[in-house]
Amino acid sequence: MSPTAKEAGLAACHVCNRLIPVSELAATGHRCPRCGASVHLRKSDSLARCWALVLAATIFYFPANLLPMTHTGFLGKVQSDTIMSGVLYFFASGSWPIALVIFIASVFVPLLKLLVLAYLLISVQRRSHWRPAERTRLYRMTEIIGRWSMVDIYVVTILVALVKLGALANIEAGPAAPYFALVVVLTMFAAMAFDPRLIWDRMGDEGN
Amino acid sequence: MDKRIACHCCDLLHEVRPLPPGGVALCARCGAILYRYKRNPLDRTLALALTGLILFIVANSFPFLAIEKAGLTRQMTLATGIFELYREEVYLVAALVGLTTVLLPLVELCALLYVFAPLRLGRRPRLLAPVWRVMARVRAWSMMEVFMLGILVSLVKLASMATIVPGVAVYAFGALIIVLTAAFAAIDPHLVWEALENR
Ligand SMILES: [Zn+2]
Ligand SMILES: [Zn+2]
Repeated sequence: MSPTAKEAGLAACHVCNRLIPVSELAATGHRCPRCGASVHLRKSDSLARCWALVLAATIFYFPANLLPMTHTGFLGKVQSDTIMSGVLYFFASGSWPIALVIFIASVFVPLLKLLVLAYLLISVQRRSHWRPAERTRLYRMTEIIGRWSMVDIYVVTILVALVKLGALANIEAGPAAPYFALVVVLTMFAAMAFDPRLIWDRMGDEGN
Repeated sequence: MDKRIACHCCDLLHEVRPLPPGGVALCARCGAILYRYKRNPLDRTLALALTGLILFIVANSFPFLAIEKAGLTRQMTLATGIFELYREEVYLVAALVGLTTVLLPLVELCALLYVFAPLRLGRRPRLLAPVWRVMARVRAWSMMEVFMLGILVSLVKLASMATIVPGVAVYAFGALIIVLTAAFAAIDPHLVWEALENR
């Protein structure tokens, strides 16, 4: 099998894919000679940064799910809804496709993402040799699905913009909204901080 | 120019070879996409970016959705939601929604035009390198398609409460998502790298 760029003494620019000999990196100030992006053999402090972001997101995951996402005033009554109470309401009223969409995007995906990233981090730190291709695919999946958690933030935005009918019906954003936004942003940054090439580096450490 | 490419997922080196029409080069070890065959990339990217800019203007200037209930009507544009969140002092969420659905898509469209209009005319834009770097960063944070799903969910949520009437802007927004995705799919990055190399 052909070598990796690292084994060939090359660092790849993540913006323009140019290969730069590692020996020349210091002389160029770690800048790509072609596009000027900063170039490192691996994302710097990948594991520590990813862990920090995963832990921060985990902390915010609780207020995001426990506090109300919206306050709805409808015909004189005010009702506060968390994400889960919204899911349960739609499930009970028979619109289970919408309940499923909200549940998957807002509850399941962020949690899955945090668990998968924690698992990948631990597997890299323990120098796991187990199914690197599957773990890489798992990483690509978390990178792709993460953005869809934003859907509930957008739903709140649209509800808040539209339902402003005075005493008749009125919706306002609840305290969970900023926490939820933080969870989505932090998990996206966490996925970006993780360097999947580490999964393969550790494989080579002890010879294939 | 180096004819090799390293897989961004597992670092394995591959030889870059010309692809047949419709072809995709995959990493031999982890299956990540390395590069794709592009048909007529400059014309297509440019045409799609121009179409996108027109759709963007329509999507942001016309009514987006309207709500009707017991004789009352309220209309919103894309910016209304951001404005209402700001007024309710949910600043973080207002900023995030503004960035991901309006500002960053606009940045992407402008960057596409800035890069590919001169390249089409055989010239190299002066700020090609920094603009290309910004484009690479912004892509992950432009989330119009997720907003579209949010609209669908909102429609169902409000269906029992009031009547929702979609405006012109919603259709323009939907079309913009498709056009912008197609514009990015049409890009042949090798052309940009070549232009960067020959300075
Ligand atoms: Zn570069
Ligand atoms: Zn690979």
